[in-house]
Amino acid sequence: MTEQTDFVEIRHAQKSFGALEVLKDISLSVTRGQIVGIIGSSGSGKSTLLRAINDLDPLTGGEIWLDGVQVNKSLPHRQYEKHINEMRQQVGMVFQHFNLFPHMTARENVTMAPKMLKGLSQAAADKLAEEQLDKVGMLERIDYYPSQLSGGQKQRVAIARALAMKPKLMLFDEATSALDPELVEEVNLVMKRLAEEHMTMIIVTHEMDFAASVCDRVLFMDKGVVVEEGPPATMFKHPTKERTREFLRKHIEGAK
Amino acid sequence: MGLDFSIIPKYLDVVLLGAAWTMGITVASAILSFFGGIVFAVVALYAPWIIRQPFRLIEWVFMGTPLLLQLFLIYFGLVQIGIDLPAFIAGIIGLGLHFAVYNSELIQTAILAVDKGQMEAARTLGLSRGEALRKVVIPQAVRAVIPPIGNNMIALLKDSALVSVIGVSELTLSAQRVIGKTYRPFEFYILAAAFYYVINLCMEWVQRKIERRIAISR
Ligand SMILES: Nc1ncnc2c1ncn2[C@@H]1O[C@H](COP(=O)(O)OP(=O)(O)OP(=O)(O)O)[C@@H](O)[C@H]1O
Ligand SMILES: [Mg+2]
Repeated sequence: MTEQTDFVEIRHAQKSFGALEVLKDISLSVTRGQIVGIIGSSGSGKSTLLRAINDLDPLTGGEIWLDGVQVNKSLPHRQYEKHINEMRQQVGMVFQHFNLFPHMTARENVTMAPKMLKGLSQAAADKLAEEQLDKVGMLERIDYYPSQLSGGQKQRVAIARALAMKPKLMLFDEATSALDPELVEEVNLVMKRLAEEHMTMIIVTHEMDFAASVCDRVLFMDKGVVVEEGPPATMFKHPTKERTREFLRKHIEGAK
Repeated sequence: MGLDFSIIPKYLDVVLLGAAWTMGITVASAILSFFGGIVFAVVALYAPWIIRQPFRLIEWVFMGTPLLLQLFLIYFGLVQIGIDLPAFIAGIIGLGLHFAVYNSELIQTAILAVDKGQMEAARTLGLSRGEALRKVVIPQAVRAVIPPIGNNMIALLKDSALVSVIGVSELTLSAQRVIGKTYRPFEFYILAAAFYYVINLCMEWVQRKIERRIAISR
């Protein structure tokens, strides 16, 4: 394969759950360090697209490329498993409901995968945990269990856990939607800091202000297609498509 | 003949030794039933068909037939195919596997009840399915079923009296032997009962300790 690909490239992505077609021929490329926001109403396929990137919801058609390697290439089962586990190590994912491991402390949540998959020594793992938890302002709670943390703190630990694998790309699926309003900002701040460090990110969000402030590009999805995309200034102030305008109008009304 | 508990001290050492055997067998079979239960559960849920079948047979034998028969089978039956086990080992295997099957049922349900997001988060980090099960899903499932597993272990303690039938001098058989000499059934059965009760209390204490310890990590 010699063709030039962008850092992340999605080509003609198609996904059906049975008879339900959730993604309809979506193409998208993201350059290194770019931050892309995805907005759209519930059920439009945002999560499915994000989850297709690390093959959590495998596509039924199309290709996903990351840094010149096809994520969903066709391989015999065994080899594919090995390949996909390697690809996933390079892609961090943050979920709406955190999905921290409740039986592990913050430290263990962060170090489990690096120790297991990269053979880190305990000392190196401890150093890594301190580094990553410090970065998200959770160093003081390093030996706390998730049950002892607030939602915002849990999400920050979950981000540290993803970062500890040193991913090339970070995916956020409504990282702040499950949080009490007063806890949203602390998570947004962590994400903004990542943006300043030029982490490549794809962020599904319902927070238009946040999208406007950190994203280089915003995509509006509806019914499995990308209806419109552009820089946030254009997307939020002068959307060209009627569906986008309608969504934003409803959304702003809803937020009031 | 009235009751006379003053005879007890003379034979206390025999009964105590029996109690020690009961404890040893109970602890060993409890450990076997715990880890065996995890293995059975994982096989039942995830192993390919060809591996699942022999395990299903084992499960059927241990769940569908009397424990007494299982002990006879392991102790007397296996000799015929050249496996001559000491009685207490046969007892531990019988009790352990019998309760492993019951623990497996609990653990299977608990594995299926672990939030799907846990497996997803682990897979997202790059763990294989097996690694995710081992490090993330199973530890949570097991924590969730510690209380009912504890109940099974109390039942195991009581059923350990059955290994007397293959000649292991555990608590019940020791009491019987003393009764054979002294003709004092009431006193010594009461004594044995008291020992069972104390062991039971110890097990409940251990269980509470474990539950308290894991409460924070659930
Ligand atoms: N595993 C699945 N099986 C069947 N249908 C699914 C599955 N996952 C998602 N869907 C369907 O696919 C469609 C798109 O879902 P998706 O979760 O991608 O939407 P979304 O844009 O993320 O919505 P939300 O804003 O509510 O999170 C929905 O109609 C949903 O019901
Ligand atoms: Mg979603």
